[in-house]
Amino acid sequence: MFKDLYQETMAAITANKARSGLTILGIVIGIASVIALIAVGQGTQDSIKTSIQSIGSNLIMVMPGAQRSGGVSGGMGSAQSLTLDDAKAIGQEIDGVKAVAPEISKRYQVIFGSSNTNTSIVGTSISYQEIRSLEIDTGVFLSAEDVSAMRKVAVIGSTTRDDLFGAGFDPVGKTIKVNNINFKVVGVTKSKGGSGSNTQDDQIIIPYTVAQKYFTNNQYVGTISISAESEEMIDTVQEQVSALLLERHDKTEETTDFRIMNQADIVSAASSITETLTMLLAAIAGISLIVGGIGIMNMMLTNVTERTREIGLRKAIGAKRNDISNQFLAESISLTFLGGFIGIILGWAIAWGIAQFASLNTSVSWSSILLAFGVSAGIGIVFGYYPARRASRLNPIDALRYE
Amino acid sequence: MKKNNAEVAIACHNINKIYQTGDIFTQVLYNISFEIKRGEFVAITGPSGSGKSTIMHIIGALDSPSSGSYYLDGQDVSQLSDDELADIRKNKIGFVFQSFNLLKRTTVLRNVMLPLVYAEAPVENRLALASKALLAAGLEEDRWAHLSNQLSGGQMQRVAIARALVNNPAIILADEPTGNLDTKTGEIVLDTFRRLNKEEGHTIILITHEADVAKHADRIIYIKDGHLVE
Ligand SMILES: Nc1ncnc2c1ncn2[C@@H]1O[C@H](COP(=O)(O)OP(=O)(O)OP(=O)(O)O)[C@@H](O)[C@H]1O
Ligand SMILES: [Mg+2]
Repeated sequence: MFKDLYQETMAAITANKARSGLTILGIVIGIASVIALIAVGQGTQDSIKTSIQSIGSNLIMVMPGAQRSGGVSGGMGSAQSLTLDDAKAIGQEIDGVKAVAPEISKRYQVIFGSSNTNTSIVGTSISYQEIRSLEIDTGVFLSAEDVSAMRKVAVIGSTTRDDLFGAGFDPVGKTIKVNNINFKVVGVTKSKGGSGSNTQDDQIIIPYTVAQKYFTNNQYVGTISISAESEEMIDTVQEQVSALLLERHDKTEETTDFRIMNQADIVSAASSITETLTMLLAAIAGISLIVGGIGIMNMMLTNVTERTREIGLRKAIGAKRNDISNQFLAESISLTFLGGFIGIILGWAIAWGIAQFASLNTSVSWSSILLAFGVSAGIGIVFGYYPARRASRLNPIDALRYE
Repeated sequence: MKKNNAEVAIACHNINKIYQTGDIFTQVLYNISFEIKRGEFVAITGPSGSGKSTIMHIIGALDSPSSGSYYLDGQDVSQLSDDELADIRKNKIGFVFQSFNLLKRTTVLRNVMLPLVYAEAPVENRLALASKALLAAGLEEDRWAHLSNQLSGGQMQRVAIARALVNNPAIILADEPTGNLDTKTGEIVLDTFRRLNKEEGHTIILITHEADVAKHADRIIYIKDGHLVE
């Protein structure tokens, strides 16, 4: 029975190759754009996720924050409320904290010989390397003595190295000028890679003691980075840090002067944005699918009209309503399935091309392929149903008389 | 009035058929009553427009009478649904249409096998059944693989007859089967029907407006302006 249906369907589709091909093309374009756009959305989401994850492990960040009430925000980091003592207290008093690092950051013009660049100077402690999962390319990271003895040493990011010295140059031992103060380069961090500008590759790390003495001259720090012992600990550590700082600053939840974010929050915030974007892209592509579906319906209606006598004959020799409607449904579903199949391959190729030539990450997921298959079959059913039903309801005598 | 007589294949009683086109009602058949026994070879004849094809459609369970009763093998057919009628056509009736109605761009063999698809005959038997029907209808074997639109009118007529035979129906209804043929080819086709009737025992109902053709039948039912003429 299925073999009969299959043979009939193939015969019908190949009977008018140009028409079938053009109709299929509508579905191909729809499915391919859905696949490709979802791939772009998902790829972007993935690369945002990995680049957020690359900024540290189980990271919690405390930043001075303008009070939320009143609606006026002073902008991130503009307020001065966190101190070195806060950072020390967090490290000493809270369980589940693996490491704490204060960060004092400012942007300066940095000079080496005749080249110069504008980059951010981060004054921090030795824990920073662990918290931000930094790896050393050449040289060493800051040492405890560097911090305590206030040595003017610097660890520079790979992008900064490229800007100041040129790619591939080993700058260890060289002296650079930051705000007219000489710093000796002791190490270069490995690139975190990823697309776009990764801020961690473009920075200069110096001991916080030095930053305090030469650049800020006060007790305040910009950010306190905390690494929790495990992923499960992140939430409890975050709560405790919040409670501790409120107490130390003599503030309440309402009058708070700092903000806490953890990596998971950032990831999910970023994901929800890209997810919405992906859905939007898919929805736009979906419109072309509907247009393709209308093409299918149009073709099937033409088919039914053209084959009215044939339908009459089939009914006369014993075909039931279902036999007729199944035949036409099988035809429209085969068309959309074929279109879906080609569309998936084409969409995949487009996604691959985008990744190759537009340096945008793309990722074709199984779920989007299944979705595309489901949708194309669904379109076959939905847009094939009406023509099929119309064919099956034809009165055999009227159909046989049809010219 | 139910006919349980096992001899009777077709029993029409007071059949009326009225067509409606918009507000206009056209009565085509008036109080038609007749019986046809199993194994009979009957011709239904009458002038053009007298209602012969309309009767054939009712007998063939393609259409229902507006009033009156029609029994096929003792079963009341006048009130059945679309699908139930399809079952009856599939199992009991073989049609030979005036205009052949073969599937275009389809081989002779496929055309003849089409009823077997709906009868759900085992795939491995189909070729043998189709060959048998084509031989019975007298189409030369070297034409079987041709597409239906590559055949002459007489050859198409034979394919249509073979298609009506393939499912071995008890009743074969043929509407003007010689209408498109020259006298000689027409004779051959009529001989085929006679042979099917005498040798295979099919009930044959031949519809024609030509008295010469009707003569080939054992009995003639004459219709004029929708009335049966005794
Ligand atoms: N669907 C219809 N609507 C209205 N009138 C119809 C319809 N079908 C047939 N008729 C009318 O019924 C009458 C009988 O038609 P029918 O086809 O049965 O004639 P016939 O005896 O087969 O004629 P012929 O020998 O020319 O084939 C004709 O007058 C025709 O116009
Ligand atoms: Mg007629």
